[in-house]
Amino acid sequence: MTFASIIIQLLNGLAAASSLFLVSAGLSLIFGVTRIVNFAHGSLYMLGLYGAYSLIEALGRTPFGFWSAVILAALAVGLVGIAIEVLVLRRIYRAPELFQLLATFAVVLVIKDIALFTWGAEDLVGPRAPGLSMAVEILGKRIPAYDLLLIAIGPVVLGVMWLLLTRTRWGALVRAATQDREMVGALGVDQAKLFTSVFFVGSVLAGLGGALQIPREPANLELDLAIIADAFVITVVGGLGSITGAFLAAVIIGVAKAFCIGIGTVTWFGFEISFSKLTLVVEFLIMAVVLVARPYGLLGKPQAVQRIAADPVPPLTAPSWKIALVWVVLLLGVPLVADRYITIMLTDIVCFALFAVSLHFIMGPAGMVSFGHAAYFGLGAYAGGLLLKRAGLPMEAALLLAPLCAGAFAVVYGWFCVRLSGVYLAMLTLAFAQISWSIVFQWDSFTGGSNGLFGIWPSAWLAGKTTYYYLALACCGTGIALLWRVLFSPFGAALRAGRDSPLRAEAIGIDLRGFQWAAFVLVGALAGLAGSVYAFSKGSISPSTISIGQSTDGLIMVLLGGVETLTGPVVGAAVYTWVRDAVARHTEFWRAVMGGIILLIVLLFPQGLVGGLKALFLRWKEARA
Amino acid sequence: MSSGSMSDTVLQVEGLHKAFGGVQAVADVSFAVSAGEMLALIGPNGAGKSTCFNMLNGQLVPDAGIVRLAGRDIVGLRPRAVWRLGVGRTFQITATFASLSVRENVQMALYSHAGRLRSMLQRFGAAFRTEADALLAQVGMLDQADRTCGVLAYGDLKRVELAMALANDPRLLLMDEPTAGMAPRERVELMELTATLARARNIAVLFTEHDMDVVFSQADRIIVLDRGQLIAGGTPAEVRANPNVRAVYLGGTH
Repeated sequence: MTFASIIIQLLNGLAAASSLFLVSAGLSLIFGVTRIVNFAHGSLYMLGLYGAYSLIEALGRTPFGFWSAVILAALAVGLVGIAIEVLVLRRIYRAPELFQLLATFAVVLVIKDIALFTWGAEDLVGPRAPGLSMAVEILGKRIPAYDLLLIAIGPVVLGVMWLLLTRTRWGALVRAATQDREMVGALGVDQAKLFTSVFFVGSVLAGLGGALQIPREPANLELDLAIIADAFVITVVGGLGSITGAFLAAVIIGVAKAFCIGIGTVTWFGFEISFSKLTLVVEFLIMAVVLVARPYGLLGKPQAVQRIAADPVPPLTAPSWKIALVWVVLLLGVPLVADRYITIMLTDIVCFALFAVSLHFIMGPAGMVSFGHAAYFGLGAYAGGLLLKRAGLPMEAALLLAPLCAGAFAVVYGWFCVRLSGVYLAMLTLAFAQISWSIVFQWDSFTGGSNGLFGIWPSAWLAGKTTYYYLALACCGTGIALLWRVLFSPFGAALRAGRDSPLRAEAIGIDLRGFQWAAFVLVGALAGLAGSVYAFSKGSISPSTISIGQSTDGLIMVLLGGVETLTGPVVGAAVYTWVRDAVARHTEFWRAVMGGIILLIVLLFPQGLVGGLKALFLRWKEARA
Repeated sequence: MSSGSMSDTVLQVEGLHKAFGGVQAVADVSFAVSAGEMLALIGPNGAGKSTCFNMLNGQLVPDAGIVRLAGRDIVGLRPRAVWRLGVGRTFQITATFASLSVRENVQMALYSHAGRLRSMLQRFGAAFRTEADALLAQVGMLDQADRTCGVLAYGDLKRVELAMALANDPRLLLMDEPTAGMAPRERVELMELTATLARARNIAVLFTEHDMDVVFSQADRIIVLDRGQLIAGGTPAEVRANPNVRAVYLGGTH
C-alpha cells in the first residue's frame, strides 16, 4: 500500500466511525444510567434514516432542507425514545433485567413493522448532501466532501457530550447514576425524569447517527439488527458507560474495517488471504481480543455492585415424570388425528423446544446469558448438511455427528466466554455467533454462501412427515430430558450454586469456570442437535439459522415462557412458533402483532407465561382456601 | 523461624505486605494461630483487616511475605486450592447459595470435598444427607434444613455459612466479621458456638470483629492492626491494658 492509499483508507475509516460512534454513545449512555440493554437502539437508528429520507423529500433537496431534515429526524427519534421509556420501560424497571430485554425485543418487532407499513419493503436511496456532493482531492485521490464533514462531526459530538456531562447539573446526575444508581435515588433525585431525559438524549444520538448516513447508505429494514450488533461491539470494546471509550472503539473498528476493504486480497507465502472478506468479522475479532485482555473494555470499569440485590432466584422444582409421560403420550398421538400441516409445525416446535431449553439451561440455572445461542443451532444445522453433502456420510450419521461439531465450536467459543460475566459475556456470545454467521455467509464454495445448502433430505425410511416427526420427538425429547436430568445432578446443582454466589462456590473448592465451560459445551452440542434435526426436516438451510434474529427468537421463547421455570422454555417455544405462524398467515405485519402480544405479556406477567400462570393459580387457590 | 517449630501451629504469617496504588494497606504483618485457639484480629475501619484476610485464603496475592498452613507455603494458591488444604471461610457479607435449601448448601460443600460434583446423571442431594444434618445440628439449623437460603434471617445465614465452613473438616477457620449485622445476643451465641466447636475439633480460628464484647469474651488472644501495621498482641487482658491500643481506639483517631 502506498502512503496515499493508507491516508485515504484512514479517512474512509474515520468517516464510517462517526455514525457508529453516535449510535454507540447513545447506547452506552442509556445502559450506564438505566442498566437496560436496549436492543431497540438499532431500530431508532433505522428510524433516523427513514425519517431523514421523508423529511428531505418534504423540505426539498436544498442545503437548508437537508440539514433541517437531519436535525428534525434526530429530534423526532428522540421523541420515539421518550415514548418507549414512558410507555414501556418505566413500568418494568423493577422487573428482572432479562424481562426488560424481552420488552426491547418486542419494541424492535413493532418498529420494524411500523417502518414496513410507512415506508414499504424497498430500499430507499437518499439524496447526496446538497452543496457537499463534490469530492475533494487529497494526495491525488478523491474523497467525498461529505465524508470529511462526517469525520469532523464525531469529535464535535464527543466534545458536546463531554461538556454536557462535566459542566451541567444533568451531566453530574448522569455520571453519578452511572456509578451508583441506588445512591442517586436515595439522595432524592427524580429517577423517572432522569431516565426519560437520558433516553431522549441517547435516542437523539441514535437518530442523528442514522440521519447522517442517508447520503451514504439506503434506508432498509435490516438495519436495526445490523447496527445494534455493531453498536454492542463498540460499547463493549470501549467499556460500557464510557462515551470516550465508545469514540475510541468506533475509530479503531471503523479504521480496521476500512483497511480490510482497502487491502483486498493479498498473497502471503503462497496463501491467498482475502482481507475484504474479513470486513464482516474484523470487529468481532477485535472485540474478542479486547475482552480477553481487558474484561471491562478499553476504558470501562467493573460494574458497580448493586446493593439491593434482586429477589433471590426461586428454587427449581424437578419435573414430574408422570406429567411428562402424559405429554409424551399426547405428542405421540397427535399425528394420528392431525393433518400434515400440524405435524410439520409440531416438528418445528419440537426442534425449537430443545433449542430454547438448551438456551434456558445456560442463561437460567447456569447464569450465563447468551445473545448468540443461534451459533450452535446453526452450526449444528450446517454440520448436518455438510456431512451429508460434502463428506457423503449417510443421513443418520450426519444427524448424530452434527451435535459433536457444534459442541466442538462451543469448546473454543466457551473457553473465551466463561472468562467474562454479565453483559460482557452476553456480548461476546453475540460476537462469536456473528463470526460464525459471516464465515458461513461468505464461504460460497463450501457452505453455499447466502443461498445456503439445498437438498439435505432425510433417508427414505425417515422421509415421511409423520415418521420424521417421531424422529424429531425422539431426538429432541431425549435432549430435553437429558438437560433437565443434568440440572438436578451434582453438576447442575454446582452450576446453580455458582450463579447464586461465585464467591462462595470458589470458597468451597468449586472450579466454577471449569463447570461453566463444560455446561457451555453441553448446551452447544444439544442446540446443535436441535439445529441438525431442524435442517433435515426442511431440506435446506440458510445463514439465517445463525443470525441474530434466530438468537433473539430463542431469547424470546425462553423469556416468554419464564426463565425461572423449567417448562417455561418449552411453552414459550410452542406459543411463539404457533402464534407467529398463525399470525403470519393472516397479516404481513405479524411482527407488530407478536411485538404487541409480547409487550402485553411483559406488562401483565412479569414472570413469564408459566411463572405468571403459576402465580395466578396460587392466588386462586389461596382465595378458595 | 522454621516451620513446625511449634507442633500445633496451624497458620503462620510472616512479613505480609500489600499495597494498592500508593496506599500501603498491610505492612510487615506477622502472627501465628495454633490448633484450638481463637485469635481475634481487630482494628479500626480501614486498618487492613479484610485485606489481610483475603491474602490468607488466596483471594488476594500479597506483594511480599509468607503464609504457611501447617508448614506449607500457600501464597499464590487460588481460594479453592486453599480450601482443599483445610481452610474454611465465612464472609463479612454472607455468601450462600440462595436458591438452594439449607441442607443442599451444606451438601454442596460435602460433595465438593469428596470430589463428587462432576457427576451429570446422579441425583444431587441423595448422598451426604446424614453428614449435612449432623453439621446443621451442630450449628442449630437442623429444624430449618429444608428452607431455601434466600428466605432465611441474616443470623441464620451466618450459621449456615459456619456449617459449610466446617464441612471439609478444616484445620483453620477464617471468619471475616462473623457477627456483622446480627443482634447483640445472637453475636455472643454464634461466637460461643464457634469457640465450642473449635476447641472440640481442635480447629484454629482467626476472626475479625468490631464488637469488643464479643472479642474480649471469646478470643484467647488478640492482635491489633492499625494503618496496616500490627501495633499490639497478647491475651485480652494484655491488649486491654496496652497504651497503643487505647490510643487507637480512644485517642481521637476515630
